[in-house]
Amino acid sequence: MGRKLDPTKKEKRGPGRKARKQKGAETELARFLPADADESSKRLSSRARKRAAKRRLGSAEGLKSNKSPGAKPLPGKLPKGAVQTQVSGKKGASPVRAVGYGGKRPAPSPSSDEDEEEEDSEGGVVSQGLLWGSEDSEADMVDDYGANSRSEGEEDGGEELLPIERAARKQKAQETDLGSLWSEEETDEEEGAPSAEPGPTKDDEQEGELQINVDEEEPFLLPPAGEAEQGAQAADLQRVHKRIQDIVGVLRDFGKQREEGRSRSEYLSRLQKDLAAYYSYGDFLLGKLMDLFPLSELVEFLEANEVPRPITLRANTLKTRRRDLAQALINRGVNLDPLGKWSKTGLVVYDSSVPIGATPEYLAGHYMLQGASSMLPVMALAPQEHERILDMCCAPGGKTSYIAQLMKNTGVILANDANAERLKSVVGNLHRLGVTNAVLSHYDGRQFPKVAGGFDRVLLDAPCSGTGVISKDPAVKTNKDEKDIQRCAHLQKELLLSAIDSVNATSKTGGYLVYCTCSVMVEENEWVVDYALKKRNVRLVPTGLDFGQEGFTRFRERRFHPTLRSTRRFYPHTHNMDGFFIAKFKKFSNSIPQSQPAPGDSAAAAPATVALPALNGQATPKAENSSEPAKRARVAGKAKQKQKHPKKASFQKQNGISKRTDSELPTVPSVTKAQASSQLQNSGPPAENAHLTREPRAPGKLTQRSPKPRAPKKGAGRKQNAPAMGSDPQTPAWLSSKTQAAPNSEDQGQPPERARGAEQRKQPVPRPSLKKAAFRNQNGTPKGPQSPLMHPRSPSRPPPAKRRKWLPRGSRQPPPEADS
Amino acid sequence: MRPLTEEETRVMFEKLAKYIGENLQLLVDRPDGTYCFRLHNDRVYYVSEKILKLASNISGDKLVSLGTCFGKFTKTHKFRLHVTALDYLAPYAKYKVWIKPGAEQSFLYGNHVLKSGLGRITENTSQYQGVVVYSMADIPLSPLLQKKTKTRDNLPPTPSQLLQ
Repeated sequence: MGRKLDPTKKEKRGPGRKARKQKGAETELARFLPADADESSKRLSSRARKRAAKRRLGSAEGLKSNKSPGAKPLPGKLPKGAVQTQVSGKKGASPVRAVGYGGKRPAPSPSSDEDEEEEDSEGGVVSQGLLWGSEDSEADMVDDYGANSRSEGEEDGGEELLPIERAARKQKAQETDLGSLWSEEETDEEEGAPSAEPGPTKDDEQEGELQINVDEEEPFLLPPAGEAEQGAQAADLQRVHKRIQDIVGVLRDFGKQREEGRSRSEYLSRLQKDLAAYYSYGDFLLGKLMDLFPLSELVEFLEANEVPRPITLRANTLKTRRRDLAQALINRGVNLDPLGKWSKTGLVVYDSSVPIGATPEYLAGHYMLQGASSMLPVMALAPQEHERILDMCCAPGGKTSYIAQLMKNTGVILANDANAERLKSVVGNLHRLGVTNAVLSHYDGRQFPKVAGGFDRVLLDAPCSGTGVISKDPAVKTNKDEKDIQRCAHLQKELLLSAIDSVNATSKTGGYLVYCTCSVMVEENEWVVDYALKKRNVRLVPTGLDFGQEGFTRFRERRFHPTLRSTRRFYPHTHNMDGFFIAKFKKFSNSIPQSQPAPGDSAAAAPATVALPALNGQATPKAENSSEPAKRARVAGKAKQKQKHPKKASFQKQNGISKRTDSELPTVPSVTKAQASSQLQNSGPPAENAHLTREPRAPGKLTQRSPKPRAPKKGAGRKQNAPAMGSDPQTPAWLSSKTQAAPNSEDQGQPPERARGAEQRKQPVPRPSLKKAAFRNQNGTPKGPQSPLMHPRSPSRPPPAKRRKWLPRGSRQPPPEADS
Repeated sequence: MRPLTEEETRVMFEKLAKYIGENLQLLVDRPDGTYCFRLHNDRVYYVSEKILKLASNISGDKLVSLGTCFGKFTKTHKFRLHVTALDYLAPYAKYKVWIKPGAEQSFLYGNHVLKSGLGRITENTSQYQGVVVYSMADIPLSPLLQKKTKTRDNLPPTPSQLLQ
């Protein structure tokens, strides 16, 4: 393009071809440094100017903080007009920029000096305005400059950077003087520019931020809640991202940085929406993750889910050694490393020039592609030679083959999967890897003890919601909701109980079960484990994995058994492997507790309560409480138990283990304790029901509740309350046994409460109340076999009041029962 | 799952004998227990008795696989040997053929091997002899039927080699 050729000027030129075309760097720079006017405005077409302005506006939100830096150059403009304008001119329009800092600039700049100056004068104001959205052609340059300075100084060519930096520094110095001026101007500009911003919220933010001294980081202002900004904001991810960071920063130091009048929950809800928008999550899942992780970890977790985990493989020691395999693969051009100290057979692949899944070594079965976290459950299981192992959900066969290689092809492995398609992959993998001691079957895992039982060890890699492997399957972000999680949890509970029943507790070398999922949800992990602890004669043992985060022993309103600390959680952002959860059980008795858990054992057999997941959470503490009263109740409650059995039977089915019901019935006597505990747990809702019945009991029979677990009773029609499943059965039992006790069963908590005369039907209190109840019970109010009529009916609170009087049993109950 | 009938046993053993000759007995009586062949869904599985016991608990329609699959019977009751049988045949193979590294890749991906690709070969290997192909590192790659002249695909996974 036309360079003004000034023969009088002699320019220094560098060597090289380009030097002939361009003037030397020094000359170029010289133009700028003296602060020549930059005619960037000339360069920009009207469209380009508009685009630039829009860009500035668009980035205004997210780049609020940049305003300051941006502002700095602007002030500099005033005094130094030329420098800044030139810079801005250069940066001003992307087209301009694109052109390059080189030759073009110098040419126009001299001529535009005058323009620059004019602009500078208004630049103070205009530039600000441009930054925020006023679109004047002249202002564009200034704005661009601001925008550019915001966006990055490095936009400039290398040569110009240095001089510009110098200029910028000068400007900064001047800017501080002008700081106040700028802020005012910015404010004005901001207000003027809202049009460009979508929605009113932006204005609020801008204004709020503007009011603060621009030199400092403006406190983040929360956009008004409930604004219909969705559409507008979704469009600008950068802005959303910035806002996420701001909110996290504010919440980290909420006391100081909060905005007046805004509650924490507003911030949180805003953050949730932003995160959902930015990372493309559904609201449900994001809400769950927010409950699970502290905020700083949450962002890391979400970030980690965007990135795939490194490829890892496991050497097949049946056919080769890790050393040899690594050597062979390196020869093929694969860049790999041993996986870590904790694995003797794992390798992590950094990059590879050949497809990892197609090398001759792979075809010969020397290794298997397997996630690092999938190696952990097998290491925890620690199968020994000559054992009988069951792998309940084996597809695609990675864990099964690992088990086989640890056993060196001795013993027997029964590999099962419910999905026929995926079983084919298991066949292929096992044959390829040279596993000879495996038998594959295609059963639903819940049928297991019937088909074959008495295994030394069982591995259950339960089907789950997949929230730990989002990086592999991003669809999980949006297609999971409450129902899915509940369904998964239910299935997992059933499978786990079947698996427990398939283990032979008296095995000489085994008796272990490993339960693992690739999910991070508490409903699928700790809760299921806790449930199993209550229902079967198992206990948790250390997994043998010395790294990983411990499982939760409490989560929101739920409380789990303390041994859950020995379970392990793995996260993508902390361990760089897929999200995983591993729990190792040891079965210490082959009998299936019907209603009575082994004394002192965490395993409580609450048959009825299966269906009440919510209740389970509370189990542990209650269980302990209930055990006390349960004991007492036992004394009196044999009769009740009999009653309970029928109910239990119906509930038993829930577990899918029909035999339980049968067994339960006869063995009930001890139920009370177990039931009490279980009831307690489930009793959340039942408790309420029990309240009604219990009231009368108050005096202290509470313990008798054992029947609580009798969810079956509900079937009997006690409706009392939906949750009352457990409670219903119990109440009848109590009733029969003792006046007071009747409602106990479910509401163990309640009786205690009632005893105190407290009306609280709330479950929370149960625990402490139970203890009290226990004491009371000791007094010997036998639980008479109350008429089954009594159902703890929560709905009718008023009647309970009556009952509180502790009328003679039987009398009370009918009236309150009426509603039931 | 059922044991093989006489006829099936005969057919299968004939096939195996092409590769391992009279070493067949070694397959059955192994130091770590007795192994046997079982037929399930037209496939022949080679299992040890311990595994057999467990597998018999599983109903037929739910059983998918057990032990190692040696091969299957076609509809016309011919026996096709599978590559999964390789691990058991290789130690007892009577005739072996080694191929050069260059030809190994091509062989693995299904191509025939030219004579020039052969490294070593057991003596007295007649035409159409069943051989086990090894790589130079003594890794058994596949059993094959060797052809002298033209190629003929014999075993499921691999082509035959082309000899002179």
